[in-house]
Amino acid sequence: MTDASMQSPETGRHGVSLTAADEHTKKRAKAEKRFRAYGIAAIATGLFFLVVLFTSILSQGIPAFQRTVVSVDFTLNEPQRDEAEGTLFKTKAYSNLFIAQLNQELAESGISVDFDEAAIERLLGKVGGTIRTYYADNPDKLGEPVNFDLAASSRVDGYFKGRVSRDTMQDSRFLQKSDLDLVDALEEAGIIKQAFNWPFITGADSGVDNPGGAGIGASVVGSFFMMLVVLGLSLPIGVAASIYLEEFAPQNRFTDLIEVNISNLAAVPSIVFGILGLAVFIQFMHLPQSAPLVGGLVLTLMTLPTIIISTRASLKAVPPSIRDAALGVGASKMQAVFHHVLPLAAPGILTGTIIGLAQALGETAPLLLIGMVGFVARGYPDGFLAGFTEPNSAMPAQIYTWASRADVGFYEKAWGGIIILLMFLLTMNIIAIILRRRFERRW
Amino acid sequence: MPILWLILIVSAIAAVGYVLGRARALQSAGGDSRNLHSLPSFYGANVTLKTLVPAVGLLIVWLLAQPFFVNSQVSGMIPESAIKEGSSRSLVMAEVRRTAFGLDNAVAQGNLTESAASDAQVDVVDVTQRLKDAGQVVTSDITQPVLRAAQSYRAMSSTGYTMMSVAVLVVALIGAAIGWLQTNADYRARNVVEKGVGVLLLAAASIAILTTVGIVLSLIFNTWEFFKLYPASEFFFGMTWAPSFSGRGGLSELGIIPLLWGTLYISIVALLVAVPIGLFAAIYLSEYASPRLRSVAKPLLEVLAGIPTIVYGLFALLTVGPLLLDIFGDSGLGWMKAGTAVMTAGLVMGIMLIPFVSSLSDDIINAVPQAMRDGSYGLGATQSETIRQVVLPAALPGIVGAILLAASRAIGETMIVVLGAGAAARLSLNPFEAMTTVTAKIVSQLTGDADFASPEALVAFALGMTLFILTLGLNVFALYIVRKYREQYE
Repeated sequence: MTDASMQSPETGRHGVSLTAADEHTKKRAKAEKRFRAYGIAAIATGLFFLVVLFTSILSQGIPAFQRTVVSVDFTLNEPQRDEAEGTLFKTKAYSNLFIAQLNQELAESGISVDFDEAAIERLLGKVGGTIRTYYADNPDKLGEPVNFDLAASSRVDGYFKGRVSRDTMQDSRFLQKSDLDLVDALEEAGIIKQAFNWPFITGADSGVDNPGGAGIGASVVGSFFMMLVVLGLSLPIGVAASIYLEEFAPQNRFTDLIEVNISNLAAVPSIVFGILGLAVFIQFMHLPQSAPLVGGLVLTLMTLPTIIISTRASLKAVPPSIRDAALGVGASKMQAVFHHVLPLAAPGILTGTIIGLAQALGETAPLLLIGMVGFVARGYPDGFLAGFTEPNSAMPAQIYTWASRADVGFYEKAWGGIIILLMFLLTMNIIAIILRRRFERRW
Repeated sequence: MPILWLILIVSAIAAVGYVLGRARALQSAGGDSRNLHSLPSFYGANVTLKTLVPAVGLLIVWLLAQPFFVNSQVSGMIPESAIKEGSSRSLVMAEVRRTAFGLDNAVAQGNLTESAASDAQVDVVDVTQRLKDAGQVVTSDITQPVLRAAQSYRAMSSTGYTMMSVAVLVVALIGAAIGWLQTNADYRARNVVEKGVGVLLLAAASIAILTTVGIVLSLIFNTWEFFKLYPASEFFFGMTWAPSFSGRGGLSELGIIPLLWGTLYISIVALLVAVPIGLFAAIYLSEYASPRLRSVAKPLLEVLAGIPTIVYGLFALLTVGPLLLDIFGDSGLGWMKAGTAVMTAGLVMGIMLIPFVSSLSDDIINAVPQAMRDGSYGLGATQSETIRQVVLPAALPGIVGAILLAASRAIGETMIVVLGAGAAARLSLNPFEAMTTVTAKIVSQLTGDADFASPEALVAFALGMTLFILTLGLNVFALYIVRKYREQYE
């Protein structure tokens, strides 16, 4: 015993002081630091990816909210119209009038530049037609000056946004280098300018050769109808299923089967739900292709597991004392659940539902299979009921459609569409967070 | 009668039934609700349930069954001669349905009178022209048998819907009447209503099973059809994927091996990105980070999981692809030919998977009991030694489970590979080459214009089946591991 206590640490460490770190300790300390650095680096890399993702979305998407317009005050009086209507090529007559007006405005600004009708058509498309339809619809505007905001072609738009430059572009039937002189002159005169792109937000999809005219509005409406279907079906079904499983289900094989099914469905790849939708809703039941109703049904099946899982969690969070108290004053099991447990769990259920809806809103793969992608949504549905059954696109499907088109001009639209989609998701998530903060109860 | 109106009328009957049932119960108790067996509202609810449930049930069943029935009836009416060479009965039926739909719309727009639309003797050319005027999509010129079939399709559908409306309303009224007649003070309304609600709840819970059954049946049925047309051995062991395009003739080679290879390769690249980053982030966040850093960094990383996959797809196609092409392409190292490649898709998918790995591992590392760490510190180990030699081995099964779950996500991911991986199926080791995956091919085979009955379209279901079994197996295995591990420390 005495021997053991006699041994001092110094002898074990060959006379080296404890306070000075030896080689081994230094190595261990270094390893510790390195390990920490790996952790920090991992988090930093993750956040770096996040930053890169968002900068590329913002930098490439924001230009979609700007468009280039040629803004011209144009006056047409009755004799001019009658004369134009009397000619053989009516729209040509109108565009000649427009060119005269443009020339006059340029001259007023003291700029002179040569251009012909073909150049105007390359810049602005068929101006004559636009003007003619306007005056056909609004005959009372004859004789008054009317301000026309005419959308410039997507290449001119690209010139302003840096997508097209004088050095790299090649003359084509869409745009020629000489046209850019005219564009510069118009810019100097303040006739051509950038404006907020309302048509992008409210408009419908355009054909494959007109990226400038494409808008996301119609597909937002399509997504809206899909979400109505998802909400209307998955909330009641999901809540009912959760109440059954959490409050009433006996411990038996059938309950186990349901539970296993729900947890597996939550992990099935979304494309498989698309196959299900195609086989069951379209092939077997002959529901209309590309309809928001079908999309909504497929997304409902996909969202149900999410909603059931979160609803069960919030039902479980309500303490048993609430149920016991209700049962104690004579309520039936059903009354205890519906009158007491369910209202207390409602905020949690709502939060889970909103998050489930946000997931469904961004889901694309199943929509590809039920035909929401090939469809060009050229307009809004005719009415509320038609909104469910008429073919339409949905936001993510529309973005995919744009991304797979050949014209580079559509990429900008796709990024812009993503910004809108993310804004919807952000709003939904913020609402969910606020609901949780405001109504969450800790028991 | 539109279905919405039908539903509204049935609901109205149910609402009236509620009021009447409640009133009748109170009346039979002499106006004193204490004499009733149940609360008055239960008597009302009894009538409502008996009105709604059978009527809505009948409506749903009828809506599901009628198209099926009408389709098979009309399909039998098309003579063999009307089916052109190279076409099939199902294609002709699709045209019949389109024509019938077009006729409906044309009548609604006023381009066609109701009598002309249903007249069997009407001139085909004239009707086709009118349909086109009405802006209806009519593919080829309609033939006489197709028009005849479309007309009877319309007639049968519309009589079917009329019958449905009548039947649903009758059932609703009978239900309401029965419920109302049953009502008296001694009727055990509460027990009946609660039993009914219980059954409805059970039915809602069973939808999960129905969905799985639907998935499995639709996959098995169509896969079976596919294997009737194409030998299974060539599908599972074929080394080439070369579907012929519809209409161009020629035999397709539909071997799954190149697709599986592409899927695995991209998933491996994705996991090589996601696992180290996710795991180290989880370790740092759970063991080192201050609560403040944790409360900021964890939700920020989880934002990556909340972003829709279409965004990642576009990011791969338009940002990462060109960036990699700049570095590894002809202007740089010369390894890469196009922006879409295994590397592009794998990298972006890896970014998407970081939060999956990190959140799950975080939970699992936190579940390791503190006593184990304290024991290790007590023996003089540093924090990193404790993590490497005590915490990680203890958490390993759970972490493996988390990685398997992430792998199953990677295998089932669609949008990133559709946009970022390219379309060419090849067996190659070069990660800078374009390859394709099972999911991408499901999309391309089913979104083309191939006939549903051709092997080129049906192969998608066999691919889907493979994908389903693969991910299901991974998930079940991963969940088993995670659950088993959790029990260890509970």
